[in-house]
Amino acid sequence: MSEAEVDRLFQAFSDATRRDIVRRVTVGEYSVSGLAALYAMSFAAVQKHVAVLVRASLVTKEKRGREQIVRGNHEGLDKARRLLDEYEAIWRQRAERIADILAEG
Amino acid sequence: MTVISSTKNLEALSLILVAEFDAAVERVWQIWEDPRQLERWWGPPTYPATFDGFDFQPGGKAAYYMTGPDGTKARGWWRFTAVQAPNQLEFDEGFADEDGDPVEDAGTAHATVTLEDLGGRARMTIMSTFESEEQMEEMVKMGMEEGMKEAAGQIDALLAEHSHA
Repeated sequence: MSEAEVDRLFQAFSDATRRDIVRRVTVGEYSVSGLAALYAMSFAAVQKHVAVLVRASLVTKEKRGREQIVRGNHEGLDKARRLLDEYEAIWRQRAERIADILAEG
Repeated sequence: MTVISSTKNLEALSLILVAEFDAAVERVWQIWEDPRQLERWWGPPTYPATFDGFDFQPGGKAAYYMTGPDGTKARGWWRFTAVQAPNQLEFDEGFADEDGDPVEDAGTAHATVTLEDLGGRARMTIMSTFESEEQMEEMVKMGMEEGMKEAAGQIDALLAEHSHA
């Protein structure tokens, strides 16, 4: 993952509405207007959030007739998950070192 | 097994890790309270942490650096928000510049450490939440380095074992 990709990913996750959009479209597809109906903000504002998520490769957007359909991008989500996995590994190693210190008595 | 469970929340960028130790809660508290013990486990042997400031009380700050194999130093800070011996510890954490001053735009993460008595054994629950994405990126960058070093160590050990067989 390049520096720029990581930046886009983290920018995407830094907003509660965007996190909620990701949560929803990972489970099932939504149209942009369907998403806009869920939040107390304009269609244009929701469209902007979706655009940020598309740039971060977390969701995909495609035209279907007059609708724009948003879906989760599993490859992008896997990258974010890998970062969290790495952080978990740090803590697992720390716990093992703590156990070693405690075993000394 | 030391680590009992871990729960990752991808959307909230948080990690909850539960570990149990064969030691009293008061003993486990010491590995947080005493910076000389803390620096024995915060970083891996290849990337050790040194705490050069440690004001262990609510509102107090800690300063540390991690020294890489090539001698480069990465600095970090903690600010304790709750210290209730021997059960609860909370702190904000972030990265610092060469002078030890917080890098403001790097954001902060928040850690909550809970210790419970299991009748002589201790359960430690760590909850780590990243408030800013850059914060997590930096943490994980360091983590990847750790992970690779640990893996390298394991490969070395395997090779050594093999050559003796």
